[in-house]
Amino acid sequence: MNLEEYKGVFVFAQQVDNVVSGIAYELLGKAKELAQPLDAQVTAVLIGSGVKNLVDSLAEYGADRVIVVDDPELKEYRTEPYAHALSSVINEFKPDIVLVGATAIGRDLGPTVSARVATGLTADCTVLEIGDFPLVAIPGKEAEQKHNQLLMTRPAFGGNTIATIACPNTRPQMATVRPGVMQKIDPIKGAKAEVVEYNPGFTPNNKYVTIKEVVKAVSDVADIMDAKILVSGGRGVGSAENFKLLEDLAAVLGGTVSCSRAVVDSGWKNKELQVGQTGKTVRPNVYFAIGISGAIQHVAGMEESGIIIAINKDEDAPIFDVADYGVVGDLNKIVPQLTAALKEAIANK
Amino acid sequence: MKIIVCIKQVPDTKGGVKFNPDGTLDRGAMLAIMNPDDKAGLEAALRLKDQYGAEVTVLTMGLPKAADVLREALAMGADKAVLVTDRVLGGADTWATSTTIAGAIRNLEYDLIITGRQAIDGDTAQVGPQIAEHLGIPVISYAQEISVAGDKVTVKRQYDDRYHMVEATMPCLVTALAELNDPRYMTPGGIFDACKAEVITWGRADLKDVEDCNLGLAGSPTKIAKASDKVRKGQGEKVTPESPEDAVAYIVGKLQEKHVI
Repeated sequence: MNLEEYKGVFVFAQQVDNVVSGIAYELLGKAKELAQPLDAQVTAVLIGSGVKNLVDSLAEYGADRVIVVDDPELKEYRTEPYAHALSSVINEFKPDIVLVGATAIGRDLGPTVSARVATGLTADCTVLEIGDFPLVAIPGKEAEQKHNQLLMTRPAFGGNTIATIACPNTRPQMATVRPGVMQKIDPIKGAKAEVVEYNPGFTPNNKYVTIKEVVKAVSDVADIMDAKILVSGGRGVGSAENFKLLEDLAAVLGGTVSCSRAVVDSGWKNKELQVGQTGKTVRPNVYFAIGISGAIQHVAGMEESGIIIAINKDEDAPIFDVADYGVVGDLNKIVPQLTAALKEAIANK
Repeated sequence: MKIIVCIKQVPDTKGGVKFNPDGTLDRGAMLAIMNPDDKAGLEAALRLKDQYGAEVTVLTMGLPKAADVLREALAMGADKAVLVTDRVLGGADTWATSTTIAGAIRNLEYDLIITGRQAIDGDTAQVGPQIAEHLGIPVISYAQEISVAGDKVTVKRQYDDRYHMVEATMPCLVTALAELNDPRYMTPGGIFDACKAEVITWGRADLKDVEDCNLGLAGSPTKIAKASDKVRKGQGEKVTPESPEDAVAYIVGKLQEKHVI
C-alpha cells in the first residue's frame, strides 16, 4: 500500500429518509479543521436513493466535494449495499481519512467497511487531531516518526480510561464519532461543492438482507442533543409523577427535561431522553443534574456541558466531582422554590 | 441447527483498570465477568435450542483463564466450548481479533453466529460485523429479537428512531443487545457437568486461512499512541445550604453571574 496516494478527508454523510443526519454536518465541521494542516479537500460521501438534492446543504456545512452514490438498492439502510458503496468509493478515490458517525448505522457500516478495505477503525472518538506517531520520536529513530497522522482519542473501560490511537501503516485512517461530540460550522449560505456521481453497480448476493417492515417510533419530544439548557433527573427524583418538578423548572428556563439510565430502567421516562454512555451525549450550556448520583457512564455523556449544577441529598455523590456548582440538599424542597424564584427574576428583568 | 456464540471475558468496569507498561491492558489484574451483550446472545441461542433443538458452541479468544466464561456458558446449557489462546495473538485490535476468530470459526459448522453488540471494556461494536465480513456472510447488528424459520433468520434490528424487521438467509451473523432478554442462571447440574466438560483449546496453528501478518499486536493496524486514566475536570464548588431558600439564592446567583438569566 503506497500511503502517499491517499489524500483528502472524507465524511460518510449519513441520511435517513432523505434527510441529512446532524452527525454528517458535525463531521464536516471537524473534517474542515483536520483538512487545514494537511492542505487537503473535504469530501462528503452521500449514499442513498434519490438523494442528489441534499448536495447543497453538505456544501454549506463545509464539503468541497460531494461524491453521490445513488441507487434504488440504497433506499433503506442495509449493511451490504451501503458497505459496497462506501468501500468502492474508498478504493476508487483513495482518501487519507474517513469519518463515520457512531450511530446505529455507522457502528455497523464502519467495521464492515474497515474490514473490507483492510484498515484500522477507531470507535467513538472524542478528540481527533493531526500529529506525529509516535507522539515523541524514539531517540536514534527520529526518521521513523510519522507526521501528519490522524490521532484519535477515545474513552474505554466505561469512561475510566482514555487512549490515543493512530493508524500509521494502512489507509484510510478511519474513525467513528458519536453525535453531539463535534461542532458543526455556521452554514455558508449559497456555498457550492463539486459533485461527482459514482455508481459501482449493485448485484444482490447472499449478503443482501430483506427488510420486511420499518416501524418508526412516534416522537413529539424535542431532541435533548439540541437543547441549550437541560434539566436532568435521576433515581433520586423518586417517581414518574415527581418529574413534574423538573418539567416546571425546564419550562421557566426554556429548557428540556432529560434523565439518567436508572429513570429509563424504572420506566419513568423513554430512552430517547437518556443521557450517558448507552444514551445520548449532550453538551448544553447549562446542565442541571437533579437526584443523579453521577455514575461514570452518565458523566461520560454530559461532562462537556458548559455549566453543571448538581442538586443531591447525598454529599458524597460522585456527581459533585464534575459539577461546577454543587448543592447538597432535598430536591423536593429546592426545585419548586428555584422555579418560583427564577420565574420572578426573569419577569423583573 | 448449529449455532456459534462468540463470548468475551471482560474486566468488570465498575472496578479500576490497570495497564501494562506498553499501554495495553493488564487484564490479569482485574475482576473478570462474561460480557453482558454476549450473555444475552448466548441466552438467545439457548432459547433457539430449547425451541427448535440446536447445537450451541461457545467460542472465546483470550488468556487461558478465559476458559472460566466458557465453563459458565456450558453450565448455562451450551454444548461445546472452544478457547483460542496463543501468545502471538495478544495485543490484538478489532481487525486482528476478528481475523483470529474468523480463522477459528472456519473449522466449525454453523448456520447462525451470534455475538454481543459490544464489549464493556472496549465498547467498539466492531468485532461482530468484522467477523461476518471475513467469513463473507450477512450481518445484522443490534438485535432486539431473533427468530428462525427454515433457513431464514428474522431479526428486530434497532436504530436510533425506529426498528426494521430484517430477514436474512443463513448462514448469518447477528449481534445481540443486552436488552434482548434476561439470561438464565447456571444450574447446579450444569455446573457439575461443566467442571468435567472438555474445553477445546486452539492455538495459532489451528486457525484456518489466516496470515501471521494479520494477527496479534504486530498485525493490528491501529496502534496505541498513549493510554491513561481519565483526568476529570476539576471539582467545582460544593455547598451545603442551611435552608432551601439559601440553596435557591445560591443557584440563582450563579445563573445571574454566568448570564444564563
